[in-house]
Amino acid sequence: MIEIRFHGRGGQGAVVACDILALALLKEHQYAQASSLFGAERRGAPVQAFLRTDPDRVLIRGEIFKPDHIVILDPTLIKNVPVTAGLKPGGWIVMNSASRPKASDFPPGSKIAFCDAGAIAAKHGLGSPQSPIVNTAILGGLIKVIKLVSLDSLANAIREIVPGRKEENVAAAKGAYESIQIAAS
Amino acid sequence: MASSVDRTKGTYVMLSGNHAVSNAVRLSRVQVVSAYPITPQTPIVEKISEFVSSGELKARFIPAESEHSVLAAVSGASSVGARTFTATSRQGLMYMEEVVHWIGRGMLPMVMAVVDALIGAPPDNWTEQDSSLYQRDTGWMIFYCETNQEVFDTIIQAFRITEKMSVPVMVCLDGSYLSHTSEPVLVPDIALVDKYLPGRKDAIVADPKKPHRLFGPAMSQEFNAKLRRRTHEALETAAEFRKTADREFESIFGRSYDDIECYKTEDAETIVVAMSTVAGTSRFVVDRLRESGQKVGLVKVRMFRPFPGNRLVEALKNAKKVAVIDRNLSYGHGGILCMELKASLYNEKKRPTVFGYVAGICGVPITPELIMQIIADTNAKETPEEELIWMGIGKSEKVKAV
Repeated sequence: MIEIRFHGRGGQGAVVACDILALALLKEHQYAQASSLFGAERRGAPVQAFLRTDPDRVLIRGEIFKPDHIVILDPTLIKNVPVTAGLKPGGWIVMNSASRPKASDFPPGSKIAFCDAGAIAAKHGLGSPQSPIVNTAILGGLIKVIKLVSLDSLANAIREIVPGRKEENVAAAKGAYESIQIAAS
Repeated sequence: MASSVDRTKGTYVMLSGNHAVSNAVRLSRVQVVSAYPITPQTPIVEKISEFVSSGELKARFIPAESEHSVLAAVSGASSVGARTFTATSRQGLMYMEEVVHWIGRGMLPMVMAVVDALIGAPPDNWTEQDSSLYQRDTGWMIFYCETNQEVFDTIIQAFRITEKMSVPVMVCLDGSYLSHTSEPVLVPDIALVDKYLPGRKDAIVADPKKPHRLFGPAMSQEFNAKLRRRTHEALETAAEFRKTADREFESIFGRSYDDIECYKTEDAETIVVAMSTVAGTSRFVVDRLRESGQKVGLVKVRMFRPFPGNRLVEALKNAKKVAVIDRNLSYGHGGILCMELKASLYNEKKRPTVFGYVAGICGVPITPELIMQIIADTNAKETPEEELIWMGIGKSEKVKAV
């Protein structure tokens, strides 16, 4: 079983990101489960969402306390929220960041990948320039680093789930897939 | 997973527990739905209203001004022979309470989904089962579900049972852990559901053109008491028919469910008894502990009313110890499943020692680690030191007088 914990702020689409990734996994005949830390999804407030996947069915539910990987949709969270709590050794931190993340902000030995998902989303008109909806972009970056699903499956899942600007969202995922960089590994 | 799928029987879809309910209602061709929104149930009726609006479900959707009116509306619809459904949660169910009794004691067929979350105070949305277990004395059949597939299937089975036996059915799902968690659900072709649900064939329905009295005041005490006995016995008969309904379901859909489920209990010395998603997590723990050679098993209670006491006695008779996990509390007594189980075991000559744990109320996570602690606690002690053992929230600070 692989467990991924998403950290974002209400409005960035962390919960929907998990739904999209789960659907993409289902399209590749994997079992997937998407949920969120329920009850706290206020705009701007720190939000957590959870993705579990396995070739077999997943029995455990709820919060992920020991994630295999972490996705950070908002770089300002790392100062306020213990985003790396419980991260398993060897796990990736995939984050939205305009600049190269400082390794000193994370536990020693962390594997960090980043892309400017905010700029990519804004370029494709997703959300507003001040608060872009970065979820589809960051998923593109994530699946490049952790080869969970193909870009095609992700694109199809995006088209099925996002309510509007479907191709722009797919383009954002592709943009991040192509531009994700390794900051530490 | 998908390689073992029989595609002729349906399509796997990612569904939250809430939307599993909505889709099961759509495929059951429900005719009347009334609802009032309340978190965490709201997505169920939102989705149903979309189905009605788009024509995917040809039903009357009655948005009422309160939950009390919701249940009054569906009880009227059920009285005239319509297939009826509603859903609620928490305070909404509390507000319905008077009509819940009318429907249960009056034996009106209908299905209600209850998304379990805490009753105020405090006013929060976290999971616990107090609100639905509190319905145990109302005359409704009550089921608890472990997965979204089970939620989906149980709603469809519930329509079969309620319409055949004229006993209302409540299908309960954990808030958050099912209601707001998406996972693959095999959604069958509607033609299969049509085959399974033949429609209502009531002997008596209310008809303004042929007026007759269904209930009224000034009936004798004994007559009323006999009605009460009928309500009680109807639940027992409905439980018998449930087995037939399940066999029919299995022949069409390939899946089957029992009142209780025994998992790796054959040689188990310690057995965990749990309901809902707690059973799922316990199943995971039993698998891990079996790998290390521990003789542990799980009994999942799926049907809570009528209470499958005899089945549980049989399932637990060879165990040395039983650990009941209750995500609920009857204040001043203890966990409700544990109390009922102990009552069923009392007259047995050979019975296991029962440990009653209250865990996970107010949405405190019931992790695999917590269940392992519970099993370790049960194994370490000869008998429980207290009737009610609190888990996962630290030591108690004794309450002092004001």
